[in-house]
Amino acid sequence: MAVITPAEPQRKRLAEVTPANLRRRYLRDRMMVGILVLATLAVLIPLLIIVWYVVSNGFQAVLEPTFWTSDLGSPARALRGTDTGLGHTILGTLVVDGIALLIAVPIGIGAGIMLSEYPDHPLNPSLRILNDTLNGMPAILKGLLAFALIVKPMGTFSGLSGGVALAFVMLPIVARATEGVLRIIPWSIREAGLALGLPRWRVVLNTVLPAAKVGVVTGVLIAFARAAGEAAPLLFTAFGNNFFSSTPLRYVFGPVDTLPARLYSLAISPYREWHAMGWGAGVVLLMFVIVTFVVSRIATRQRHQADM
Amino acid sequence: MERTTTRQPTPATPRPTDAGQDEARASVAADAKARLITEDISVHYGSTLGVCDVSLTFRDKTVTALIGPSGCGKTTFLRSLNRMHDLTRGVKVSGKAVLDGTDIYASGVDPVTIRRRIGMVFQKPTPFPTMSIYDNVVAGLKLVGIRNRALLDEVAERSLRQAALWDEVKDRLKAPAAGISGGQQQRLSIARALAVEADVLLMDEPTSSLDPQSTMRIEELIHQLKDDVTIIIVTHNMQQAARVSDYTAFFYEGNLIEVSDTNTMFTNPREKRTNDYITGRFG
Ligand SMILES: Nc1ncnc2c1ncn2[C@@H]1O[C@H](COP(=O)(O)OP(=O)(O)OP(=O)(O)O)[C@@H](O)[C@H]1O
Ligand SMILES: [Mg+2]
Repeated sequence: MAVITPAEPQRKRLAEVTPANLRRRYLRDRMMVGILVLATLAVLIPLLIIVWYVVSNGFQAVLEPTFWTSDLGSPARALRGTDTGLGHTILGTLVVDGIALLIAVPIGIGAGIMLSEYPDHPLNPSLRILNDTLNGMPAILKGLLAFALIVKPMGTFSGLSGGVALAFVMLPIVARATEGVLRIIPWSIREAGLALGLPRWRVVLNTVLPAAKVGVVTGVLIAFARAAGEAAPLLFTAFGNNFFSSTPLRYVFGPVDTLPARLYSLAISPYREWHAMGWGAGVVLLMFVIVTFVVSRIATRQRHQADM
Repeated sequence: MERTTTRQPTPATPRPTDAGQDEARASVAADAKARLITEDISVHYGSTLGVCDVSLTFRDKTVTALIGPSGCGKTTFLRSLNRMHDLTRGVKVSGKAVLDGTDIYASGVDPVTIRRRIGMVFQKPTPFPTMSIYDNVVAGLKLVGIRNRALLDEVAERSLRQAALWDEVKDRLKAPAAGISGGQQQRLSIARALAVEADVLLMDEPTSSLDPQSTMRIEELIHQLKDDVTIIIVTHNMQQAARVSDYTAFFYEGNLIEVSDTNTMFTNPREKRTNDYITGRFG
């Protein structure tokens, strides 16, 4: 039987744990957590103040059923107390934002894939410059671009042109976010797919992109939240409208109202009643973004957390 | 079909190993036809040399073990055999790798078709994280459009059985592949490579993360597979090389030092460095 010799006691360990330095470590740990909590509060408190301010000013307007079911009409309606509301604005916003998402999500994700997965493709550098330019371009210029591309040829303001303008807002954000998450997916997954004799695009679509799903969705949501609040690009594209459109198609091909633009016009109007409705528009806009966030989060929640 | 290579001019005196290689080629299993032949394969990572002028013949339905100390270029060489270097920037491969008469590096050869014929098992488990166990196994078939449910089921079961994983996962085939142990994931990666039924199977230390029991099962599998496929396996385990392979090639600092049938290699190596390595004196 071998005799087990005890470890040499005289050698001092490098990171000796004594009660004193243990206390110091815990203290430092707690300080770090404290700093993080402060930083979180610094972000949350202004946010909560904004939400509170909007909601407290706007909740009365949105509790009115006609706020949801009627269109705005002329100021006389509000002044006389007959039915008035932002039903047409909410519909218009859904249409314009929907069109923007339909355009920006596939193209943006495609561009992100191109940037991340095909770095040697000859079109890649120009795509990157284009994307960066679009990213840095002021939103109002994106409205002008959509005006030149859609409104001029069609001869009318339209929900479509508004959607295109907002798509310009979303595109670079979606593309950047997609590129970013694809880049952090381990290279070995791609190699595993290729080694099975799968073509490159299959590997990207069926193995890399699903692994990046959560990040891509986050990118789309950030882009959506950015675009949903933009008024500037809509001024000379969607233009605005005080009434429900006569047919569904006219929401796409005719001038439509949108929440951010309407919020602005209500706020600068001289009528107290419209100011209240403007706050209501703010509440709806907030709800709109929050509901979208929650729904898509639930829809894309990882069934198995161990995935990543 | 000649590809422009960036080879240095061949040295005037042949490398001492050349004669030995030819001898080895001639002496062992001359009956089996050559499946894959490499001619002066060199791989450069930027300006660093990965492997240099490796010429080897892999005969049909045989197992060749690649051995050598860490960093000697085994993985680098293995990856050059199914054009895995294509996607890494700054890596340059020169020379030829001839699969059944066609140089896989010739212009006009599609690497995807090559990789369907030359499968690969990596050193580290690489399950597709968002797919179920089942979908992982049949990924190579399903994603090229094979939808026949019965066929996929059959392939999945057979591959999982071969990879010694069936009993452990048969009740949770729909469970996420990320939720099994590292060793199970490695066997899953092996099953996935088996499912596509390649003609040549490249295995880079396939058992380095497995327990002795699974390792034994994988070695048995290699024995079985030999009836149909050509296997090239990298291993750091000399016993494993001796157990599973028909031929052994010894690499050192990017060069192929010696190749011969496994028996000769382990009983009577020609080169002193080979002897030192297999007897554990370095590496
Ligand atoms: N991506 C890379 N970039 C630069 N050099 C590399 C790269 N991959 C490998 N090398 C170098 O090429 C040489 C061979 O590496 P390789 O991975 O083929 O060794 P190996 O024999 O497989 O080693 P191990 O037994 O440790 O897996 C090493 O010197 C290594 O540093
Ligand atoms: Mg290696």
